[in-house]
Amino acid sequence: MSAFSVRHLRVVRGGAVVLPDLACEVARGRVTGLLGPSGSGKSTLLRAVVGVQRVAGGTIEVLGRPAGSPALRARVGYMTQAPSVYGDLTVRENLRFFARVLGAPAAAVARAIGDVALTEFADRVVNRLSGGQRARVSLAAALVGEPELLVLDEPTVGLDPVLRRDLWSLFHGLADQGRTLLVSSHVMDEADRCDDLLLLREGRLLAQDTPAAIRARTGAQQLDDAFLRLVES
Amino acid sequence: MRTLAVSARVLSQLRRDPRTIALIVGVPMLLETLLKEIFADRPLVFQHTGAPLLGLFPFVTMFLVTSITMLRERTTGTLERLMASPLRKLDLLAGYGIAFAAVAMLQAGAVSALAFGALGLDVSGPRELVAALAVANAVLGTALGLFVSAFAETEFQAVQFMPAIVFPQILLCGLLVARGQMASWLRWISDALPLTYAYDALAHTAADTLDGRFGLDVGVICGCIVLALSLGAATLRRRTG
Repeated sequence: MSAFSVRHLRVVRGGAVVLPDLACEVARGRVTGLLGPSGSGKSTLLRAVVGVQRVAGGTIEVLGRPAGSPALRARVGYMTQAPSVYGDLTVRENLRFFARVLGAPAAAVARAIGDVALTEFADRVVNRLSGGQRARVSLAAALVGEPELLVLDEPTVGLDPVLRRDLWSLFHGLADQGRTLLVSSHVMDEADRCDDLLLLREGRLLAQDTPAAIRARTGAQQLDDAFLRLVES
Repeated sequence: MRTLAVSARVLSQLRRDPRTIALIVGVPMLLETLLKEIFADRPLVFQHTGAPLLGLFPFVTMFLVTSITMLRERTTGTLERLMASPLRKLDLLAGYGIAFAAVAMLQAGAVSALAFGALGLDVSGPRELVAALAVANAVLGTALGLFVSAFAETEFQAVQFMPAIVFPQILLCGLLVARGQMASWLRWISDALPLTYAYDALAHTAADTLDGRFGLDVGVICGCIVLALSLGAATLRRRTG
């Protein structure tokens, strides 16, 4: 059963066509990576799935309902690309607020802070954290509502390798619980950490498959090379 | 409950910023003191303008504070996150309104304690009513601030809305020149501005000359709050380009 399916999606931003005609389908309970260079339309696609992007055409069905339906708002968690949390509040105050907004129990706050390894910074004001820590607060704010679908816009950018590995294992742990994750990245070496891949370039999908299948199809060992062969074919 | 979550969050943000709170409370106290001192040899002027000003400060402050806070919400992406959440637009707007009304109570309380105490301001009407009108004006300022924040892209622009939207209302409300002495076209403009009614209510409360117009004044203030909040809600888009 699919977590969401997109058909004939067309998005125009500021007069420029960002996504001309996009179709894709993402399975439930898996970690799907949305990979592509910066400017390829990744954030726009994510925003459309969440239902905050104005679209010019096409349909997006998320968890059986049209994207952006009021009933979906508590079931879809969203982490924007720039950390969208309150800089003048502490980590815990931020999460307590988002938990109340999402109707999550108070216990979810400590769990979400632990999930992103910020427990020792829980009472620090967000503005005094590093960029990577701030991004994790933003991630925790998406996790705290325990949504069925998590849409994460470049959650691992700028993080140290140990932390990145831990976050990817957190993502897979969530998928094992039956949640669906859509994670964007412009770094190809993260592609191998995903169950499925959507490769996006200039608003068009180059491929939608597992990393192994994409390798087999292109005959490339590295996914970076596979991407190049797909572009050139 | 979500409304109160927003209020609590806005108040925690303000609490982290004690300097802003000191300015919100301290500046009107300073101005009220200056007003008394510059008219030291004409004490009647202070008696006439002291109380209406007391009620107008919260309007100005809350307009400014709200428009900046809301603009930050728009530019840092937290608004987008909230618009993707189950939070209703009304929860957000009412949450802001309640938080800033609470701050206005603190401000109006401190400034009236000073004015009615040490500065010897005397009003013939009920002082509680002056304070209540001050809070209503604060909510009006908050509602207008929420609305105009949609038209500012930067904090510089947001700050400029203060002179653009607040100053003309102060000039035309009847505080500086009685409305009866204005050219008729100025009076027509004055009739269309909410602060005119706020001033009228305050001046009549202070002079204890409440009449049928007071009901109209309060009705217009409340109507403008509802109107500004609805316009503000219309500027909050779930989907953006």
